[in-house]
Amino acid sequence: MAITPPSERIWWKEPIAKIELIWIIVAFLWGLTMFFMMIYWHGAGEQNLSNEAYKITAEAFTERADKMIAEHTVRTEKGLAVVHPPPDSDVYLTAGYWQWKPILELEKDQSYRVHMSSLDYQHGFSLQPVNINVQVHPGYDMVVTMKPNQVGEFGVVCNEFCGLGHHLMVGKIYVVESGE
Amino acid sequence: MSNTAEFRTCPTTGLKVDLAAEKLIKANAVVAIVFLAIGGLFGLLVALTRWPWVHFLDQNDFYMVLTAHGFDVLLVWILFFEIAILYFASAVLLGSRLAGPKWAWAGFALMLIGALTTNFAVLFTDSSYMFTSYVPMKAHPTFYLGIILFAVGALLGVGVFFATLVVAKQERTYEGSIPLVTFGALTAAIIAVFTIASGAIILIPTFLWSLGLVSYIDPLLYKTIWWAMGHSSQQINVAAHVAVWYAIAAMVFGAKPLSEKVSRMAFLMYILFLQLASAHHLLVEPGMSSEWKIFNTSYAMYLAVLGSMIHGMTVPGSIEAAQRARGYSKGMFEWLRKAPWGNPAFAGMFMSLVFFGFLGGISGVVMGTEQINLIMHNTLYVPGHFHATVVAGTTLAFMAITYLLVPLIFRRELMMKKLAKWQPYVFGIGVAGISVFMMGAGTLGVSRRHWDITFAGAALPFDYPDVAFLMMGLNGLFAVLASLGGIMFIVIIVSSVFFGKKLAPDEKPSYPEVPPQAIAVSQYGNAETLKIPGTVMMVAIFFIAFILYYFVNWKYLSEVWPLS
Repeated sequence: MAITPPSERIWWKEPIAKIELIWIIVAFLWGLTMFFMMIYWHGAGEQNLSNEAYKITAEAFTERADKMIAEHTVRTEKGLAVVHPPPDSDVYLTAGYWQWKPILELEKDQSYRVHMSSLDYQHGFSLQPVNINVQVHPGYDMVVTMKPNQVGEFGVVCNEFCGLGHHLMVGKIYVVESGE
Repeated sequence: MSNTAEFRTCPTTGLKVDLAAEKLIKANAVVAIVFLAIGGLFGLLVALTRWPWVHFLDQNDFYMVLTAHGFDVLLVWILFFEIAILYFASAVLLGSRLAGPKWAWAGFALMLIGALTTNFAVLFTDSSYMFTSYVPMKAHPTFYLGIILFAVGALLGVGVFFATLVVAKQERTYEGSIPLVTFGALTAAIIAVFTIASGAIILIPTFLWSLGLVSYIDPLLYKTIWWAMGHSSQQINVAAHVAVWYAIAAMVFGAKPLSEKVSRMAFLMYILFLQLASAHHLLVEPGMSSEWKIFNTSYAMYLAVLGSMIHGMTVPGSIEAAQRARGYSKGMFEWLRKAPWGNPAFAGMFMSLVFFGFLGGISGVVMGTEQINLIMHNTLYVPGHFHATVVAGTTLAFMAITYLLVPLIFRRELMMKKLAKWQPYVFGIGVAGISVFMMGAGTLGVSRRHWDITFAGAALPFDYPDVAFLMMGLNGLFAVLASLGGIMFIVIIVSSVFFGKKLAPDEKPSYPEVPPQAIAVSQYGNAETLKIPGTVMMVAIFFIAFILYYFVNWKYLSEVWPLS
């Protein structure tokens, strides 16, 4: 029994039943399949993180974000800047003080190098209802190249606890037809 | 060394029980169950608040209660109970004296002081920064101090376990190799050392930082090492509850492992590979390479998952073989139909096995896939997964073995036997519901650790789909059901332990029925004749479900915005 010492003293020389052996082999091969699936997706799939990231201070990040906002703001909404950056450009999304800044307006099927960093605590970038979730750290600038594939209005929910205003921390991204 | 330990002989199992070990097992188990009650109540309050229609607590209380819930059940309840299991699997199963009971009591005291200190910090010092307390959020120094004391205490307990193994070997209290259950406990203990060391490496500097003695802690570094403790501590649970499955199969059925070699190899894979899981929490963080993520998140090509999949066959397989040897051999499933479903130890153990595999195991592997994590990270899918592993898996298994510990270790007749019959089902189904509906809500994007998913008052509100709200309501309902099961457990066990009929030294308990060892099938399952068709069918269903669910999630992933 499992609660007594093995009845065969030399238990490591007992043969393994065929059915157990088959399952071990099948399960092992399935593990390999899942392992190589991740590597395969880096080549064949379209949803991968580049893992491009830099150490950065809040001041340096804010400076770059402010420059982008100054150059590409197209309107304001509820007092917040709506920024329409050119395709393929560097876009800065700042998390901090329970806000995502600014509101972004992107074009469908265009790529953007989206930089994300936090000014205070950790935050979670949760693009809804698309459901893309990325962690945002203070002191780190993470670059994710995004290519929106649908037109519409999307919410950016914070999904990492960041203090008492956490549940109010919602940002917005608009995606419009290319060239609009 | 003088050997002054006193023993009694168990009339049911014939085991020699060290009275000092017995006292320690009782003390650790009782404190564990008290914290289960407290932490469980906090959990109910969390679920009632996340039920949009009820929305019970205000935001300050919600985050405070959520922090306390995580600490009290994930760490305190489980580790106290695990220490009890370690003493049981060493001193009791090996018929040995416990090495250094004084050290064990010192460990117990430190754990208790630590647990109370951190609870104090959470409830009274504005330290509601979640169980994880990611820097740069700074909790009160007592928050970290309590966890450190708790960990040191647990380390002492683990040390006593190792020392007891040495004592038993030297004093030749057993023949041959240690039992499989003890081997499983040894696995848990080895992982515990790694876990506690990681905790010390990160929490001691963080404690100093909270006192102002250290100026900066990198948030990414904190998270990496914190989860080397946080996730590994859950692997202690896996090893411990798998050992409990084997123990219950042995105690209820007299089941013998199909193959000692295979089962031990599966435990060995836990020791070698489970510690890599810190990566599961870092798949969408800046600063890690994909090579690092893929190797670590897969536990080195899923070798630790392989360990679990092996136990998934060998545990039910050993029960099937024992039942067939006893004559329940008609068709594929007579052995299972005629299993003692009214025995809460068996019912709890078997549900733990099924839920851990189907709900917790599959969801964990899928969520831990590097790219799929993008559509699940920090959504409610995460707590959905770990409630299946830690609550439906570990907690249910620990509850199940408690039904055997009450008569065998506490030496009390179990009270409220009718209620006990139902308890595992009420709790198990409740928790399975919690897990499924949280995973459902997470798939729809609902955030974890969030007080108000209606975003009332936000400058730029966003609406989750209506189905998500339905899921949260169902989650709340099943949380109420699980709480009911939890209350039933506490009431049954606490009344039995304090007011149950005392068993005379040579008296065998009448319930739950544990077959005397004479009936136990001693020889079966040799390699040529092993017949476990029912188990093979269950494993096949599991495997197909696993494959389908895995690829469905790749399909979901392929539909979201291209990212690179």
